[in-house]
Amino acid sequence: MTGFPWLTALIILPLLGAVAVFVVKDASVRLTALSVTIADLLISLPLWWLFDATSGEMQFLESAAWIPSLSINYRLGLDGISLPLVLMTTILMPLCVLISWHAIETRLRSFMAVLLIMEGAMVGVFTALDFVLFYVFWEAMLIPMYLLIGVWGGPNRLYAAIKFFLYTFAGSVLLLVAILVLYFQGGHTFDILALSRQTYALSLQTWLFFAFFAAFAVKVPMFPFHTWLPDAHVEAPTAGSVILASVLLKMGTYGFVRFSLPMLPDASRLFTPLMAALSIVAIIYGAYMALAQADLKKLIAYSSVSHMGFITLGLFMFNIQGIEGAVMQMVNHGITTGGLFLCVGMIYERTHSRQIADNIGLTKPMPRYATFLVIFALSSLGLPGTNSFVGEFMVLVGTFLWSKVATAFASLGIILAAAYLLWMIQRVAFGTPAPHMLHKLSDLNQREIATLLPLAVLIFVIGLFPNPLLSRMHTTVERVIARTGPSSPQQSSDQSVLGQPMLSQNDGLISTLNVVRASTVHPTGSLPLTDTQGERP
Amino acid sequence: MTFSATDFFLILPELLVITAACIVLVLDPVLRPSNKDSLVWVSLGTLAICMGLTASQMETHASIFSGLVVIDAYGTFWKLLLYFVTGLTILLSYSYLKEEQLYFGEYYGFILLSLCGMMVMVSATDLLTIYLGTELMSLSLYVMAGLKRKEPRSLEASAKYFVLGAFSSGILLYGISLLYGATGSTRLPAIASTIATQGFADPLLLFSTILLAVGFGFKLAIVPFHMWTPDVYQGAPTSVTAFMAVASKAASFGAFLRVFVEGLGGVKADWSAIFLLLSLATLVVGNIVALVQTNIKRMLAYSSIAHAGYALIGVVAAGRIEHSSGIASVLLYIALYTFMTFGAFAIVAMLRKGTIEGEEIEDFTGLAKRHPLAALLMLVFMVSLAGIPPTAGFIGKLYVFRSAVEAGMAWLAAIALLFAAISAYYYLRVVMVMYMRDPIDGTDPAPRLVMSPTLSLVLACAVAGVVIFGIYPNPLVSLAQHAVLTLK
Repeated sequence: MTGFPWLTALIILPLLGAVAVFVVKDASVRLTALSVTIADLLISLPLWWLFDATSGEMQFLESAAWIPSLSINYRLGLDGISLPLVLMTTILMPLCVLISWHAIETRLRSFMAVLLIMEGAMVGVFTALDFVLFYVFWEAMLIPMYLLIGVWGGPNRLYAAIKFFLYTFAGSVLLLVAILVLYFQGGHTFDILALSRQTYALSLQTWLFFAFFAAFAVKVPMFPFHTWLPDAHVEAPTAGSVILASVLLKMGTYGFVRFSLPMLPDASRLFTPLMAALSIVAIIYGAYMALAQADLKKLIAYSSVSHMGFITLGLFMFNIQGIEGAVMQMVNHGITTGGLFLCVGMIYERTHSRQIADNIGLTKPMPRYATFLVIFALSSLGLPGTNSFVGEFMVLVGTFLWSKVATAFASLGIILAAAYLLWMIQRVAFGTPAPHMLHKLSDLNQREIATLLPLAVLIFVIGLFPNPLLSRMHTTVERVIARTGPSSPQQSSDQSVLGQPMLSQNDGLISTLNVVRASTVHPTGSLPLTDTQGERP
Repeated sequence: MTFSATDFFLILPELLVITAACIVLVLDPVLRPSNKDSLVWVSLGTLAICMGLTASQMETHASIFSGLVVIDAYGTFWKLLLYFVTGLTILLSYSYLKEEQLYFGEYYGFILLSLCGMMVMVSATDLLTIYLGTELMSLSLYVMAGLKRKEPRSLEASAKYFVLGAFSSGILLYGISLLYGATGSTRLPAIASTIATQGFADPLLLFSTILLAVGFGFKLAIVPFHMWTPDVYQGAPTSVTAFMAVASKAASFGAFLRVFVEGLGGVKADWSAIFLLLSLATLVVGNIVALVQTNIKRMLAYSSIAHAGYALIGVVAAGRIEHSSGIASVLLYIALYTFMTFGAFAIVAMLRKGTIEGEEIEDFTGLAKRHPLAALLMLVFMVSLAGIPPTAGFIGKLYVFRSAVEAGMAWLAAIALLFAAISAYYYLRVVMVMYMRDPIDGTDPAPRLVMSPTLSLVLACAVAGVVIFGIYPNPLVSLAQHAVLTLK
């Protein structure tokens, strides 16, 4: 491991960039922001190869005393769960700058500064290993996002901005209390890893679980705390929607997998039925709401509620398929939904309407655009060969091991997703256009293609070769599961069988599916227990 | 009673401030108007010298004047804070008074007199001396509140402040006399040792504790003794409001904590229960009523009430556990509160709508377009007041709530934090009108901010405090922790 402070560099660079955009010349503001985000991406890319996939430990550790009187430290690190999320963030940010190239004309410097501040804070959230440091980054996101929606948003932006802020802020204040309680119960430390090794009484875990839940469930957002999301998405500028859907929502699910599961395993198990029920309600309800939307952004917003339901469902299954699928789905949803929001932003720049009715039959005037839109939509509905298929399938397999009924209901979400997305495509891409619309629509220019292409490529790369991603998160997820303890012997045997081939084979989708299928065929626990059992604390 | 020369040497800062106040009062009538700026420099110079003297007393621990006054790290902490605030007030007033076309040489004299009263409050260990300090501070503030003689609101503020202030002083005095009856002394150490030997059974003791709590409650503006605050804060000249909201509150907390910890530490279970109720009431009323304010000075008045409620949580916690961490969190909270509140008031003071002062929240409309930097600073102050990291307000709350959780009152921290979330609404409303609304063209003169070098200096100090201590609070934390060690 090199001594270079990778993670600090990843956080500091955008923050310096936020200052830089105020001092450069007017003409080069956009270019400065773009270079900073690309530089950040270039710093983050080596991490993918430097990361040691065989170790479930935190890597690229950095540690320094910050506030010694409260034993708060500046500690950063990366494991198999945070690595993909950090990379997703750094990949998306240049695209956010690109999509805002012409869309944002007013207060451009402030806009770019806000984007860059958010990039620093988001990377900070995913890499912080000190609970207070995490909270600082977590909260520091709020004001920039509030400004992004409120200053550069649509007509109803004031309402949406304050609603977003109050929901998420009120949710996260209880998190601070929980952090402080953990500090005194867990040996006077804010070290996330040390706190995860402690055991707490069930009654305390229950309280803490709900305090965490308040913060994370609002952010995800889980049903019934999702009502801020459609408002925020509809009013936010495109870059804001992308950040919101792709990264901000993942902070909630990341919170669950980083804190709730390892720190409060007993309470998490106790409330699995509740979490699963809320997730399934979100899956179905979000999908139904998406079916009814006439506004493209609202449609995607509700589809996010539905897709995030899969992620929370997978996380609380406590088996490797569920959690790994969920973490994978976090990345996939970021890519796919980010792409869809970018598409909506591009069409809005042309027709100044997000209504489906105003954007019908785009294949003829904008064939390239329609291609991308269809790719993203198909990925979103989980077509085999695209990234979401792998993730959602793994989540469903994980759910199947827990409850067949739950799986049946969750699968409805996939069917409904096909319904609302295909119907949307049928109209937007292949419908008969209104005659007056046709002539003024120009197809995607090179900047816009450059914005969409990376995501489209990633969809297929992850869809066809998921193992590089899965293998990097595998050991980490195993540790999370080991920490939460086995719920039944049957499940743990599946995990141990599954664990081996997943790591040894890395030739793409087929092997993954075989492995997954193998586990579904033998759910009865007839396989012998392996030594994984012994590794558990 | 015997005094030695050392005693006088140790109170040299107080003596210097009084002397400077007298010099300013005497020089004012004889100076030509063009030379009157020199009074400002005299005052500031005095503060600088005092700051140096007091800082050198950080390690001193001496009880002087037969135990009436003590020079210790605790008093020194507050004094340094008070010099800083007074310096900022003078700088702000220099621009503000010119803009308002108010000029009274007495103004600076009264600020210094008031400061001297505050210095006595935080270093006195005798209840009557504390009372004298309180009166010196208050009497000067009554006059300063009514400085806009032609404006009825200012006079109303002054009169209201005077009547309620006198009333609360009476209650304080009554409490002191009852405490004297119960313990036979007005010296805090003597009171503490009497309580330690006699036990807490005496109802007179409890009654006097309540009266002292009420008396200080008025000075600290905590609910239900807060009624004067919004009217006075709104009516007084804004520079005076800033001084009252910050310096007078800090000094009152200084005296209040010393009385209750040093003198009444033996009955801390009782006063902790009283302050628990008061802090809850303060949080609820302060934050809820602030939601509906349209005048920014009133809003900030309720905000300062609410912040006293947060600080009180540290006091409540201190009553339940080993006091040092709870009290240190209060010291830290008030010190951090100073930066953000003073900064906010400084912007309000210099905001002009046409020629008059822009006091309505609506007057901030579109400020971000006309004065991006000022709007950004106001944003930082509001965010900090709401307690959102990475600002000083968050660090203050973190320490206070940490003490509360340590004292086993996670529920209190949870309630307080929920009210912090509510408070975010009214703080962000200011941000909203600044950034998200465009000024209405037409009849309304657009708001503008009168910038001046002194105002820039004030804002730079305030924002530096908010940002630097928000990210790196360690120097201030260790100062506060060092200060409470001398408090027994």
